[in-house]
Order: sequence, then C-alpha cells, then structure tokens
Amino acid sequence: MAATDAPKPTLRQRLNDSDLWLAFKDSPIAVAAAITTVLIFVLAFFAPVFAPQDAFNPAALNLMDGFTHPMERGAGSSMLFVLGSDAQGRDMLSALFYGTRVSLIVGLCSVGFSMVLGISLGLIAGYVGGRVEQLIMRIADIQLSFPGLLIALLIFGVARGLIPPNKHETTALFVIIIAIGLAHWAQYARTVRASAMVERNKDYVQAARLIGIKGLPIMAKHILPNVMGPVLVIATINLALAVIEEATLSFFGVGMPVTQPSLGTLIRFGQQYLMSGEWWILLFPALTIVILGLAINLLGDWLRDAMNPKLR
Amino acid sequence: MTQPVLSVRNLKVEFVTRRGTLRAIDDVSFDIAPGEVLGVVGESGAGKSLTGTAIIGLIDPPGRIAGGEILLQGKRIDNLDKESLRRIRGKRIGMIFQDPLTSLNPLFKISEQLVETIQTHSDMDAGQARQRAIDLLTEVGIPAPEKRIDGYPHEFSGGMRQRVVIALALAAEPELIIADEPTTALDVSVQAQIITLLKKLCRERGTAVMLVTHDMGVIAETADRVAVMYAGRIAEIGPVREVVQHARHPYAKGLMGAIPTLKATASRLVQIPGSMPRLTAIPRGCAFNPRCSEVFARCHVERPDTIKVGKSQVACWLYDTKKEAAA
Amino acid sequence: MFGYLIRSVLQAIMVMVAVAFIAFSMFRYVGDPVASIVGQDATIKDRQELADSLGLNDPLILQFGRFLGNAAKGDFGISYRQGRPVATLLRERLPATIELAVISAALALFIGLGLGIYTALRRDGWAANLVMSLSLIGVSLPTFLIGIGLIYFFGVVLRWLPTFGRGETVAFGWWTTGLLTESGRKSLILPVVTLGFYQLTLIMRLVRSEMLEVMRADYIRFARARGLTDSTINFRHALKNTMIPVVSITGMQLGSIVAFAITTETVFNWPGLGALFVKSVEVVDIPVMGAYLMFVGLIFVVVNLVVDMLYFLIDPRLSAGRTVAAK
Repeated sequence: MAATDAPKPTLRQRLNDSDLWLAFKDSPIAVAAAITTVLIFVLAFFAPVFAPQDAFNPAALNLMDGFTHPMERGAGSSMLFVLGSDAQGRDMLSALFYGTRVSLIVGLCSVGFSMVLGISLGLIAGYVGGRVEQLIMRIADIQLSFPGLLIALLIFGVARGLIPPNKHETTALFVIIIAIGLAHWAQYARTVRASAMVERNKDYVQAARLIGIKGLPIMAKHILPNVMGPVLVIATINLALAVIEEATLSFFGVGMPVTQPSLGTLIRFGQQYLMSGEWWILLFPALTIVILGLAINLLGDWLRDAMNPKLR
Repeated sequence: MTQPVLSVRNLKVEFVTRRGTLRAIDDVSFDIAPGEVLGVVGESGAGKSLTGTAIIGLIDPPGRIAGGEILLQGKRIDNLDKESLRRIRGKRIGMIFQDPLTSLNPLFKISEQLVETIQTHSDMDAGQARQRAIDLLTEVGIPAPEKRIDGYPHEFSGGMRQRVVIALALAAEPELIIADEPTTALDVSVQAQIITLLKKLCRERGTAVMLVTHDMGVIAETADRVAVMYAGRIAEIGPVREVVQHARHPYAKGLMGAIPTLKATASRLVQIPGSMPRLTAIPRGCAFNPRCSEVFARCHVERPDTIKVGKSQVACWLYDTKKEAAA
Repeated sequence: MFGYLIRSVLQAIMVMVAVAFIAFSMFRYVGDPVASIVGQDATIKDRQELADSLGLNDPLILQFGRFLGNAAKGDFGISYRQGRPVATLLRERLPATIELAVISAALALFIGLGLGIYTALRRDGWAANLVMSLSLIGVSLPTFLIGIGLIYFFGVVLRWLPTFGRGETVAFGWWTTGLLTESGRKSLILPVVTLGFYQLTLIMRLVRSEMLEVMRADYIRFARARGLTDSTINFRHALKNTMIPVVSITGMQLGSIVAFAITTETVFNWPGLGALFVKSVEVVDIPVMGAYLMFVGLIFVVVNLVVDMLYFLIDPRLSAGRTVAAK
C-alpha cells in the first residue's frame, strides 16, 4: 500500500493542483475571457453604482443633450458623454450598463430554468425508462434540431395571446425568460439521462427499489456530481446563446420593451439612426453583445476541452 | 551470430504533460532473432504495448521517443522521415491490435481492406490482389473464402475477425509482427486457436513475433524467449523455460508464482503486495524496491544494471557478482 | 430493409401529427375564434350558437380530425390580421423563403464540409487555427448583427448591393423567382451570406470534431500500421466514417434552415415566411402562427426522411437489420 506519510492536502492545495486550474493558468485565452466576463458582469449588476447617469429614468435626462458625439460634452447639462448620447440625451455608457444588466438577467435566469427543467426531465427519463423515457427523448431530439429562436417566438406568441394586452409590458421579463428557457432544456436532459441510464442498473438503486425506498433521490445524489462537469459546459454555451436570442427577440420588437430595454432593444433603436449618421447609438450596444458572446463562448469552449479526458 | 531482425537499444519514451515530463519507457533494450517469438509480459501500464507502438512508429503526441535506437536488420528506423516509416509499416513490420471488432473499418468490405493493403505494398493489379487476398484467407482458416471475402466485418464472428486481422498483417510478408494482446478480447475457446494459427503462420514464413500479453499461459506455450517488464523497465529477459520455471528477479518470481496451476497445493494464490507505482512516483533506485521481499540498501539508491545470469539477463542487485561494499 | 424504411415513415407521420396537435391547440385555445368573428355586443346565446355551428363544442378528437383534414387540403383559416386566407399568404411568400433557404443551405454545406475536413487534417497549421477562430466569432455573432453590418458596408458605404427586398422577380404560375433578373440575383447575395454563415460555421465545426474523433479510432490505427498512405487513410477511410454522424446532424440542421431564415428575412425585409411569422407573433395572429408551425414541421420531417434514406445507403450495418444507435 503506498503509504501517505505526508499530511492530507488542504483544500487550497487540492485546488491548485487540480487539472482544471493548471489548464486554466496555461491558457491566456481562457484567462482573458474569464476576466472580460467577470468585468462585464460586475459593471452590469452594479450599474447604479458605476453608471454616470440613471439612464432609464426620464427625469434624469436632458433633451438638449441629444445626439452628443462620443467624448464630448452635452449641450444641455455639460456632462461628458464618453460614448455619446441618443435622441433623448441618454448617456450611452450608462444605457449600456443597464441594458447589459437586463440582458444578463434574462440570460442567467433562462439558463437556470432550462437547467432545472432539463435535469429533472433527464433524471425522470433515465429512472423510469420505458415509454416515458422514449417520449421525453423523442421530444428532446426534435426540439434540438429547431432553432431556439423559433420555439421562443412561438411560446412568446402564445403567451401574448393568453395574457391581456395591458399586462404585456410588465410580464415581458418573465415571459421571455420562460420562452428562452423552454427552448433549451433538451441538451441537459440528454446528458443527465445518459448518466442515469448507467446508474439505474446499479445495485444500490435496485436494492432501494426492492426495499420500497424511492430510488430516484438516491440515484440523483450519485448522478449529479458526475454530471456537473458537462452540464456546466452546456450551461456556459447556453448562456451565450440565450443572451443572443434575447437580443434578437428584442430586436424584432417582441422582446424587452422600451421601459426595460436590453441590449437588443438598444440596437433596435440604434438601427434607425445608423443611416443618418449617429453611428454610436448602434455600435456600442452591438459591440457589447459581440464581446460578451465571444467571451462566454471562449470560456465554454475552453471548459469543454479542459474537461475532455481524451485530450489531456 | 546471425543479425537480429529487431534490435532495441536504450529506448526511452516520454510524455510531456502539464504536470511535467513522464517517462513511460526507461532505457529498454532487447533483440529479436529472425523467426523467434519474444513474449513481453507485465501488468497493465508496465509499458509493453507502448514499446510495440514505439517500434512501429505510431506514438501519438504528447508521447515521443526521447532517446535510444531502434534497428531493423541493423539499420536505424527510429529517425526516419514519415514516408520511409510508412513504407516499412506493413511491408517489413506488421502489427496486430487487441480488439478485432474495432480494428476493421465497419464500412468497408473485407475484400476492399485486403486488396488495398496488398496493392499498397506490391505492383499487383486488382485481379491478382483479389486472388492473393483469397489465398490469404484460406491460409488463416476462413471457410469458403471466395464467398466470404465480400462480406462486412460485422458479418464475421470475433475469432474469424481476428483471423482476418492476421491475414491483413501478414499480407505484405513482413519480417516482424508485433502482436499486442491479440487474444485478450476473444472467447477462451477461440484464444488457443488464434495463437496456434499465429505461431504456425509465422513459423512457416520465418517471421519473428513480438507477443505482448499479460497472459502467462500463452507465453509459456508459444514464446521462445520472454521479457518481463515493470514500470517501463525490463526486469528480466531470457529463454521462456528458464524464466517461467526458475525466475530470478523477485518481481518475475512473484509473477510466475501467481499463476494458478492444476497441481497447486497451496489454497491461496501468491500475491505480490502493493501495486506498480504511477509514472509520477517511480521510486529511486530499483522501481520494485517498495514491494520487494529481498530488498536491501543498494536497491534504494542505484538503479540495477542488467546482469547476466545463466542464459537470462536480470536487472537486480541480488545477482551482482562484483558486489561492492555499499551492500 | 423495408422494416427500416417503414419505421422511418411511421416516425415521420407521428411527428407531423404531434406538430399538428400543437398547432391545433393554439388555434383552439389561444385567442378566441368566436370573439374574432362576432362583435362585443353578441349575447351569450349567440356565441353558443356560433360555437356550435363552428363545431367548437364537438368532441376534441373530432375537432382535431377536422383540423387535419382541412390542413391536408391547405385550408388554415383566415388570418386574423389581414383577413385573407392563410393559405394564400403562405403561397405568396413561399418562393422567397425557399430560394433563400436552398441556396444558403447548398453554400453552407459545401464550404462547411470542405473547411471542416481541411481544419481536421491540417489541425496545427496557422490557416486552420485562423479559420477556427473566425468560426468562433461566427457562432458568437448574432445573425441580425451580421445582417446589419453587411447592409451597412455593402449597401450604404460601398453601395454595391441593395439593402432590402428581393429586387425584380419573374413569375412562373404561382412561383416567383429572383434568379432570372440581375437585381434579383444581387438582392440574394447578402441575405444568403447572412443566413448561410451561421450554418456554415456549425457544419464546419461538426465535421471537424467528428473527423478528429474518427482519426483516433482503432481501425485508423490499424490502417496506419499496415502502411496505407495518408491520402488513402484520410479520404477513403476517415471521410466515409465521418459522414455518418455528419449526415444525420447536418440533415437536421438544414431541415430547419427555413426556420433559421426568420432573422435574416426580418433584417433584410425579405418577403418570406419568416418575416410573416414574426409579424404574426407581434400581433398574435394565431392562424398564421399555427400554419407556419405546420409548414416548418413538414419540411423538417421530409428532410429527415431523406436523411434516413441516405444513412441507409452509407452504412452497411443497417441493411443487416440493426438500427443505428441514436446519438
């Protein structure tokens, strides 16, 4: 028996020694992507703290500041507009912070929703087996081949039909989160179900069933730690997708409304000014989405490669 | 002495990983004479398969040959360019892998896979190549070869598939065959047939064989000489009878003692305590010293030279006739 | 063999029925068919009578059956918004979407396939790495931004290409095509690039990862060990084996390209089905939404059927009666 005379490694030592951390330190891209993502998150969530202006409070705006060029002072309030201002004198930088916050909220919540839904369905499918499993997996397969956009649009439309028009704006956030969330559960379900299929035949599950204890919670306890790695990879890539989808929906005009705009809504506004020369109203929100999407995707890609045992 | 078909001298194979450079094969040397069957045994992870892979030049990054020489008929092959190496493969050195199911491309007929191999290494046209393929199948014992040759791999049983694999490996008449666990994936009843077949074909052609396996029974039946590997090094190498019946290296002794035989009188199988060290934690001196029942001071300090004992060579200080005072 | 085909067709029918049921549920329960016909002042009794005459109080199965029957005839009711039969709307807009989708799909397929193979084989070259980086950007860029960007550069700044619409079209019966006029062709370029780009990156990454996976397989190793040339291994063996998962997934992708066209059509004001759908979501025009869903479902099912047939031709294991394991 290889005797370990050395003291048990501390958590910090174990983390430092872990393959994942080593791979992370080695990869400048991963580090850059991670830093960018964290930066954007912090700026967005603490928007009230960082933003020079309370961008979506009409009282804080001065119409005379409208259409200020980037890095110039507004004609009305003499405030420095680092990224310029839009038609109503709204500071683009601040608008960016608040808008990103909305985009990220939608992204994170919808991913959370998809995860919970997908993992649950995957566990059920794997545990129960038979017809139920086949049905769930079939639906998952079909859904995976359709763009999430179509499904989200459909759900959104149906929700709109069911919710009275005067409540549309206030419920927009929830509807979007659910719409995008429902469009993406399938990947999680597949992964979890594959793990579940392996586990359900194991002795401890059979034994539990025999005694009459529900095997499902016990199985879940064993599966979830193993499956967290791939789930995390899916979630990261999913997040980028969700943010982009939300932006697309808002761009179409069926997403976040003017009162609670996301980056997509901002782009929608900016588009009409592109041709008339106020390019900054469109460019900066667009750039933000691209950088955000890229950073998250890079992280997700890197994470997937790092977790793939065959590539080590 | 006739020139050996294969000569491996001080071979070192390393893997460059994030955690540092691991040496998987550490200074391994042996020869294989023409027509001889050399068995290579050891636990999983000892480096036996890797040695075969290194010889035929198929090590994938992050692994690489870090030192030593490999000579085929006296000429170095470890430093050849890609194309020269490719021409040697199949034509002069053949290799058989463990799992016949995954060794054959499921989407191509057997005839296609045979003919392309034959045509790569000769000038035959399609008709001649096909005929040769049928002849090969007859030799390996596939019944009704003219009919079955157009079948797909999944239409053959495990044993039949391995016969096809052997046919493919012998198609270009190589001088040496490296057989990497050729029977491990087969049913017990089929294993003997395949080994017998391999032995017969190679004897007929004078082909040398490097037989890598962890099945000592196969070695005892088939090999002329055997090398026992441990932690990337050779512990003992010698004529099969000598090593099996009178092993000298403590590890080899333990290995032979652990083979269950029909006339065993003891009720428990002999076990070697402990397990082979991981590549990141190979002990200083002799790699076996933590588990050796006859260990002494020198074993912890110096790595043993290969010492000639009888007709074998043993890497163990126990046999050092020029014993130094450091014992 | 026929078992496989029949099974595929049956599955296709089941999917269609499921999709139809969803569409039917939308028609029946979201929005109120009765309210859209009568005004605010109608009494409860009037509504009941109307509901009866519309068949809204019949058993569900009957209603569904009626719905299916109508759908088969191409009757999807009247658009809430436009007051015209939905079928007419669909027919007007179909050619625009089909032309866009087919051309984009073909482009994405060929270039994606080629690039995928190239980046798999020349894995460490600078060109391959560049392409992979660009593809990552492609996956991160929202399609509508690509569209806007292209419009700005090529339409506004350079003024080479039109920025919206289909240009002039030529009519053949009820079909209209933009391919026969110069303005029509020019108008196709930017939308095709926009729509095809995302598909292209997906296909490329898929082909690359599948091919890399295949290159690690045992049969490729054995092929190497037999001395087959690189070109034989890469383009005869590896390629064929890569095709199986690629065909299946690519098929599914392309089957839904009509749906992917939604964004492109909106950005370019392309008068196709996708733009129609978005409008209908905005104003909750249920008949149009439902009809679009069924149409997309139909295309998806048909393409999948074709893919299943292709699968059958490529993989000899299927003709033996076994089904290919679902990925």
